[in-house]
Amino acid sequence: MRVKSTPVLWIVAALLLGTLVGVGSYAFIYAKGYSYLQNDPVACANCHAMRTQYDGWVKSSHHFAATCNDCHTPTNVAGKYAVKASNGFFHSMYFTTGHYPDTIRITNFDLGVTEAACRRCHQDITQAINGNVAHSQAKGMKCTRCHYSVGHSNESAWLNVQPLELHHGK
Amino acid sequence: MCNLWSFTMANDSGTPTRNRRWLITTVVLSAVAVFAVTALLINIFERKQEARNPYYHVVDLNDTIADPAIWGKDFPMQYDLYKRTIDMQRTKYGGSEALPHSPTDADPRSLVSRSKLQEDPRLKLMWAGYAFSIDYRERRGHAYMLDDQTFTERQKANPPGACLNCHASMVTVYNQLGGGDMMKGFEVVNHMKYSEARQYAKHPVACIDCHEPKTMQLRVTRPAFIQGIRAFKAKQGVENYDVNAQATRQEMRSYVCAQCHVTYYFKGPDKTLTFPWEKGLHVEEIIADEDQSKVKEWEHPDTGAGLIKPRHPEFEVWSQGVHARSGVACADCHMPYTRMGGLKISDHQVNSPLLKINRSCQTCHHFTEQELRARVEDIQDNFFNLRNTAMDALVDLINDIKANKDHATPEQLAQAREAQRHAQFMIDFIISENSMGFHAPQEAMRILGNAINTCRNGQLALHGAPTPSHNPPMIAQRQPGGSLP
Repeated sequence: MRVKSTPVLWIVAALLLGTLVGVGSYAFIYAKGYSYLQNDPVACANCHAMRTQYDGWVKSSHHFAATCNDCHTPTNVAGKYAVKASNGFFHSMYFTTGHYPDTIRITNFDLGVTEAACRRCHQDITQAINGNVAHSQAKGMKCTRCHYSVGHSNESAWLNVQPLELHHGK
Repeated sequence: MCNLWSFTMANDSGTPTRNRRWLITTVVLSAVAVFAVTALLINIFERKQEARNPYYHVVDLNDTIADPAIWGKDFPMQYDLYKRTIDMQRTKYGGSEALPHSPTDADPRSLVSRSKLQEDPRLKLMWAGYAFSIDYRERRGHAYMLDDQTFTERQKANPPGACLNCHASMVTVYNQLGGGDMMKGFEVVNHMKYSEARQYAKHPVACIDCHEPKTMQLRVTRPAFIQGIRAFKAKQGVENYDVNAQATRQEMRSYVCAQCHVTYYFKGPDKTLTFPWEKGLHVEEIIADEDQSKVKEWEHPDTGAGLIKPRHPEFEVWSQGVHARSGVACADCHMPYTRMGGLKISDHQVNSPLLKINRSCQTCHHFTEQELRARVEDIQDNFFNLRNTAMDALVDLINDIKANKDHATPEQLAQAREAQRHAQFMIDFIISENSMGFHAPQEAMRILGNAINTCRNGQLALHGAPTPSHNPPMIAQRQPGGSLP
């Protein structure tokens, strides 16, 4: 009896694993999973939850200078994919369950990633600010506290405004 | 079949090898994984479908259909939210929880809102001799507007049909009474008594009052607003303004609300519903307009002053605030976009933004909900305190006139009565406005300051004391600023 049963289980296991690979691959392609491994900002608006942010970025002053990943992931490869994986998991989870607020807000961790990105690209300016005793004592200083609309803002999405040319008057 | 049977038998024999245990585990885990991946795939499919903006054309809508339930067949999500205006929830200063009421033949309502007259008896003195001193309650959602007007005790005063303009869905009523001419229907309703006009009204404000039935574009259907905004624009140098043709979409997202959330009076023997905006939207300009038209709605029994009453001037007050100046419309805060599956639609459950801070305030203001609520309530607390001071000043003026009307000269009495008329209008204007000062915080405080000063000057005049020369005239000839609605 045991000799007979083993091939049945093998067949069931093989069918199930094959189905898993097949359905999984289809779901991956259908959901454009591959796009999340790349750098094109369109991927971030695959689901409609980030549509407003994407539209805002299209009209923002940073449109020609930075993509989503430039500001929202670290530069080193390990950090970049760790943040992508972590955000990817939680965004997918909230989007699947539908439990997220209508106006989404950045987490403190991700705000730290963005702050590091500001300071990396704008080193010339930020180093001078950091060197200033008065400013370096203000630990909580964040670029985006004042420059909140440079990456993407609702305002830039629906107002016909020209991007500001601050700090570029060289 | 034979193989499956033998598998079961083998399982029951209770001596699986390590190999078989591994195999069974693989089967179970794979099955669970396939189950989960398939569920995820279906979920992704559903999310993609949700984002496709499905629209099912069920009924052909036109201007003869007032019943929102029929419009709701084409727009079920908006209709569902619209119906939720029946919810009663209060904020710190606005709205009301539902209070039980024993139904009677005259008033069959089982739930009502709080009585403002009981909360502040000074209001009774202020409106003495007028219907508002009989019954005046907290406002509640759009769903109640028709019932609350039909069954208020103010009906004892036999109000005119014009009151119905803003408490019912009127497009079909105007068309019916005007033989297809809305303007004519409007005049017919103005001539009627409320009890007579009420028989034609079937629904509270509905889809048809703000939307064009073929395109769903916003439109103004109230003749009084069409005329009022034309007069206001003419003052700014724009002649023959046609709101439905010339207003932008963003302006319409305030103007449709301003069809009703404004102050008004009944002009002349025809009792024409009139928005007093010929001189501007500031309270002093509205008073000057009503003074010029010699409006007198009632006489105060204690003082003999001829008085006028402002009503819910949300649009006029909002127009003086920073939100209006920044291009933020009524609908941006009171009907913010809300997520329905993959769609974003405007929230037709019109209510206080404090009940939806995330969707209304946080769209622009990047602070926590707690911080934003604290900011709003700080403004409202300050307003509420100064409002109480202004009410006290008015009560003092009224009592002073009452006590001295037999001793004062006719001229002194006339000046004091005029002060009462103006101060009372200013205070009533800013407290019957439904935001506790928030729609235009500085303007609200300025109005209260002017009202307190007007009361003071009225008392000085009553006792023959000279009005201090450095004071501005009682109604300051204010140069309106540049803020446009």
